[in-house]
Amino acid sequence: MEFQVKDERRTDSGDDVLVPFEDVREHLVVVGNGMAGCRAVEELLARDAGRYRVTIFGAEPYVNYNRIMLSPVLAGEKTFEQIVINDAAWYDDNGIELIAGDPVTGIDRAAKAVTSQSGRTVHYDKLLIATGSDPFIIPVPGKDLPGVISFRDMKDVDTMLEAAGKGGSAVVIGGGLLGLEAAHGLTLRGMKVTVIHLMDTLMERQLDEAAGWLLKTALEGRGQTILTGANTAEIYGEGQVEGVRLKDGRDIPASLVVMAVGIRPATSLAREAGLEVNRGITVDDHMVTSDPDVLAVGECVEHDGNVYGLVAPLWDMCRSLADGLTDQHTGYKGSVTSTKLKVAGLDVFSVGDFSGGEGCEDIVLRDASRGVYKRVVVKDDRIVGAVLYGDTADGGWYFDLLKKGEDVSDIRDLLIFGQAYAVLGASGGGALDPKAAVAVLSDDAEICGCNGVSKGQVVACIDAGACSLDAVRAGCKASASCGSCTGLVENLLAVVLGDDVKSGPKTMCKCTSFGHDDVRREIVAQDMRSIPEVMQKLHWSTPDGCSSCRPALNYYLLCALPGDYVDDQQSRFVNERMHANIQKDGTYSVVPRMWGGLTNPRELRAIADVVEKYDAPMVKVTGGQRLDIFGIKKEDLPAVWADLNAAGMVSGHAYGKSLRTVKTCVGSEWCRFGTQDSTGLGVKIERMTWGSWMPHKFKIAASGCPRNCAEATIKDFGVVCVDSGYELHVGGNGGIHVRATDLLCKVATEQEALDYCAAFIQLYREEARYLERTAPWIERVGVDYIKSRIVEDDAGREALRSRFLYSQSFSQEDPWAERAAGANSELHQPLQPIAIAAE
Amino acid sequence: MTDWIDIGTLADIPQRGARTVQLSGEKEIAVFRTGDDQLFALVNECPHKKGPLSQGIVHGHSVACPLHNWNIALKTGEAQGNDEGCTPTIAVKEEGGRIWIARPMAMQAAA
Repeated sequence: MEFQVKDERRTDSGDDVLVPFEDVREHLVVVGNGMAGCRAVEELLARDAGRYRVTIFGAEPYVNYNRIMLSPVLAGEKTFEQIVINDAAWYDDNGIELIAGDPVTGIDRAAKAVTSQSGRTVHYDKLLIATGSDPFIIPVPGKDLPGVISFRDMKDVDTMLEAAGKGGSAVVIGGGLLGLEAAHGLTLRGMKVTVIHLMDTLMERQLDEAAGWLLKTALEGRGQTILTGANTAEIYGEGQVEGVRLKDGRDIPASLVVMAVGIRPATSLAREAGLEVNRGITVDDHMVTSDPDVLAVGECVEHDGNVYGLVAPLWDMCRSLADGLTDQHTGYKGSVTSTKLKVAGLDVFSVGDFSGGEGCEDIVLRDASRGVYKRVVVKDDRIVGAVLYGDTADGGWYFDLLKKGEDVSDIRDLLIFGQAYAVLGASGGGALDPKAAVAVLSDDAEICGCNGVSKGQVVACIDAGACSLDAVRAGCKASASCGSCTGLVENLLAVVLGDDVKSGPKTMCKCTSFGHDDVRREIVAQDMRSIPEVMQKLHWSTPDGCSSCRPALNYYLLCALPGDYVDDQQSRFVNERMHANIQKDGTYSVVPRMWGGLTNPRELRAIADVVEKYDAPMVKVTGGQRLDIFGIKKEDLPAVWADLNAAGMVSGHAYGKSLRTVKTCVGSEWCRFGTQDSTGLGVKIERMTWGSWMPHKFKIAASGCPRNCAEATIKDFGVVCVDSGYELHVGGNGGIHVRATDLLCKVATEQEALDYCAAFIQLYREEARYLERTAPWIERVGVDYIKSRIVEDDAGREALRSRFLYSQSFSQEDPWAERAAGANSELHQPLQPIAIAAE
Repeated sequence: MTDWIDIGTLADIPQRGARTVQLSGEKEIAVFRTGDDQLFALVNECPHKKGPLSQGIVHGHSVACPLHNWNIALKTGEAQGNDEGCTPTIAVKEEGGRIWIARPMAMQAAA
């Protein structure tokens, strides 16, 4: 290595070094030849070059290089020579003695001397500790195997380059900044890389969930495998690393494992010397430790309770330190940090507190087609945090506004569009109003990129009579695709029409400008596959939605992607998460399924046993002919389910936006009026439909004759058996607004009744809005429409039916059995507090 | 750490979810983990009709009560919008990889 500094060289050229033998100046000894140590010396030299005699110890055998540029070296974008900050000449020119490759091993504060690994002892007047950080190594079996490394210094990079030269697979543990850079470099070097990250989103400390999700998607698009929520159990191999095993049993073969889960201040030297150390070496505002002759700077220190792992605070500290050493007293006041990086060509920026909270307002911009996400958090008219993804050009501007604490109320409307726009607006004759900004656009300015619609075309469309967003979408397609220009179109409407704008269709909730139907259509059209993806692509205005939109999105995705979509438990209402009905006192009621309302001694006995065993205060027959056991505690639910499962009973889904019950009468088997086996049909219908998730609860009934004892004409789907076949009824409701069914049609066979039922349910599942029961849905779309899809279109009906049955092939798993077997059992139990007794 | 009670790790609580802690008092404490991994602790009762907030849908830094959909701010315990009422909060922190709740506040809240 060209810049390797050998001790011999120092000895050989000793006569030339600008350190007189009898140098009477105070001796500053620096432990650490990294970015902090050398920067501190640079700052000192800039203030008073001749004041101190300086000796720097470095553990690594190199001159001072830029550690944060190791990633480009790994990626092959830079050479080591290009990341050197101060070359050998700098040390020589400034009379600094560099002792490289010989780490300091002890500090004797009484004698005011340090000793190094090679046994060298050097006396100091002032000592500066700049030992930086050590990589955190998670204590799993196999962590010491050859091939398991951290990503901290040039040696690590050399090891990675050597491993990459042989090809194969690498695992990077840690999806933070460093880990992703390591993964990127190794990918570029041709390795197959898997990133294992413990948390659910990448870089969770710097990015919010939306940005983390974008990053993950982009990295996956670049060929990396990203496993979030993944916990490393062990690293295995015979004499050399061979792979990583996760706690969930997954096994990832690898010939190289890079651990980049974090760093911690390297404080052992200071600690052993008896200096005050908390998380880092504690220092005052001039970076002086508990010993007035010992200073410390950089990642190894703790100032005012803060430890920093970024480079910007380091510069601040070095300035304050040099001021202190040269008798100036500015003092370090802590740093506000920002993170800006580029991984695999992806720009990411974050600053300040972007977690939101009380009094904070989020301004969010999502531009799906450009892959841009921006979120600025404003509190009391001042920026307190920002997250930028994809376009970080304005990061510095937001950071500046944040640091200065500037009042942004004047430019708030334009803030999210960035400095150019906001400042342009401000200088453009007070054009702060976004409407005015749109008004000054030229006629050929593009409004809708997806459909290539210009401002002139939108205005022409409005002039031709379009007076709502929907009408514009229908008339000229502007804002009809990704929707990112919706705000512009709305402003144009306001500019052209003044107060005559018709309010748009009702939106799903306050988090979006889209209505339910638009969201459903776009989910399918754009093949969206997760809630964060929908929120990103459809420009949600909140970080993670609300209790209205999240359950709806979860259902829409579930319906659109049967068997594929991973259900989001935290987006389900408590009843569906607990698979039981929450009651007013916080206990739950449990309803086992009784197919078609039939039961037997074994089931009744099991229910009776559960009632006694768990001291249930009430058991009641429901309106849907099932037995409801009340007063079960959350903790007891899994055991109750296990007992009911043991008697062959599964969940009745009495709690869900799903098929509830199929109510029956006794039909031809017992009833003297019964014309068909309505009980048997009811059982068959329930066997076909149970477990299906719906926009809202769904009830079915089958009556054996027109006397209609099962009350089939107030159900979502009802069958009334007659001599000649089966009357099918839809859209009934016995709830707040009682509604009798519409007759859909009459069919001749039981199989047809089942087929039409499946097709109707699927049409409802695919087209109704979340929390819209069949009655209002049918009143909205008209029963003729339903007939046109189910009765008059044989092929369409068959397609709906087969989509329903396909979906059912994934849905008919008993959620009770899964829970009783232990899935998510901890969610039923309280956390066990430790050390509670001590007082 | 005499003034803080160790109740577990971040991984014990689902993101956008909550777990409860049962102390010696009558009331449970609900510890919430938000989408951005912030922690909050509240008495597990909605100020409206004592609904178990731990079972509500967590969104942003709020939770929707599972009984009547009141929105409670996790930081202050205050009902949002037009609703009025407040649930006591308990200081909570993450340190050394563990979650801690403030003992005196927790004891008082659970009583």
